[in-house]
Amino acid sequence: MGCEQWTDKLDAYVDGELDPAESRVVGEHMRTCQPCASDALERVQMKRAVQIAGKRYTASAEFRHRIAMSLAAKSSASEPRRRFSFWQILAAPALALLIISLATNFYMGRENARRRRVYSELADLHVAALASATPVDVISSDRHTVKPWFQGKIPFSFNLPELQGSQFTLLGGRVTYFAQTPGAHLIYQLRKHEISVFIFQDRAFESRGEEAADLPGGLAHALSFNVENWSQNGLRYFVVGDVSADDIQALSKLLRDAG
Amino acid sequence: MEVPERPLLAATFEELAMPLFDQLYNFARWLTQDTAEAEDLVQETYTKALRGFSSFQAGTNFRAWMYRILRNSFLSSRTGLKTMVAIDGGADENLLPAESTTPESILIARADRGMVQQALTALPVPFREILLLCEVEEMSYQEIAETLAIPIGTVMSRLFRARKALRDLLRKQSGGGRDGV
Repeated sequence: MGCEQWTDKLDAYVDGELDPAESRVVGEHMRTCQPCASDALERVQMKRAVQIAGKRYTASAEFRHRIAMSLAAKSSASEPRRRFSFWQILAAPALALLIISLATNFYMGRENARRRRVYSELADLHVAALASATPVDVISSDRHTVKPWFQGKIPFSFNLPELQGSQFTLLGGRVTYFAQTPGAHLIYQLRKHEISVFIFQDRAFESRGEEAADLPGGLAHALSFNVENWSQNGLRYFVVGDVSADDIQALSKLLRDAG
Repeated sequence: MEVPERPLLAATFEELAMPLFDQLYNFARWLTQDTAEAEDLVQETYTKALRGFSSFQAGTNFRAWMYRILRNSFLSSRTGLKTMVAIDGGADENLLPAESTTPESILIARADRGMVQQALTALPVPFREILLLCEVEEMSYQEIAETLAIPIGTVMSRLFRARKALRDLLRKQSGGGRDGV
């Protein structure tokens, strides 16, 4: 045929991988060469046939949902699911374990649900404050200005950390209410992120039998925010923000050391 | 309680990764030839990708990155270890010679969807996957090279051999009597 030099290029041509100049040259050759033209056409047809045949499998709605959920939860619990066989579950020791774990899960579930309610309310306060036209009522990066401002507004006092040498900046504070209890809401900035620090009296929760009274301390993840909470000198601290867990913990440590 | 380090990145990951779900599943199903295995593979891919997302270089090809994770996971799976055979170099001899005189266009016209699917299934995995990446995913040679971690030259030669192998299989199916369909 004497067209080998062209045939070699036909795959790249139909795959759209030739540069424009080369592609034009091949195109022009095909206008005058019937065998090459039909060869190229066949390759296109074959591509098309594979494309149609290749779109073959669709995932079940259930599986899609599972993946979407595990991504939405963003939890590291998105480990590959273990498939338990029927017999494994039937096995007596496994069954005993299952009952224990169900009971534990039930308890943990209630704990978590309670924790989640508290956290989602705090997350709401955090978001609402940031969305407001006046996120803070006392605007100052000076802790010696912000702290006295709260005097007479809330029934307790607290210490704020020196931020010199840290990445955090104090933006200011406002009085907030959680379960009808007044508390301090401080807003810190880290890079472009705002972090809320809530301080309430432990006593206030207890006397009202509120949910946060015996809330387990520690770091948690709620509604795409990281939350750290602890109790110190009769005060309950919550640090809420969309920064990494490490950053939340760094700020928590500064507050703890100051308090 | 374990906490993901970067909730913000994770949100972005979801936005990037979820639109690829259908394609990734289709590809996984073609590789594994089994529904449960395909689901495990896709799940593993998303888990690994989410975990490694911080190491993903912004500006590089996210799709190729996801497919590479899926494929590497497949290769280390039991089925993957069994099915993946060396293809580059020397494999040509095993292919049928193109002796039939059936013109390609008639061959393709005769080949319905089921026949092409059967032929694709019969192809060795390296041929099957490169055809899927090129024709179904419409990846460029560059993307295929990134996904399979091979040079572009290898992409072209393997693609050439894969297409030839597919044509030969179809020819055998249509010419060599009713073996199948």
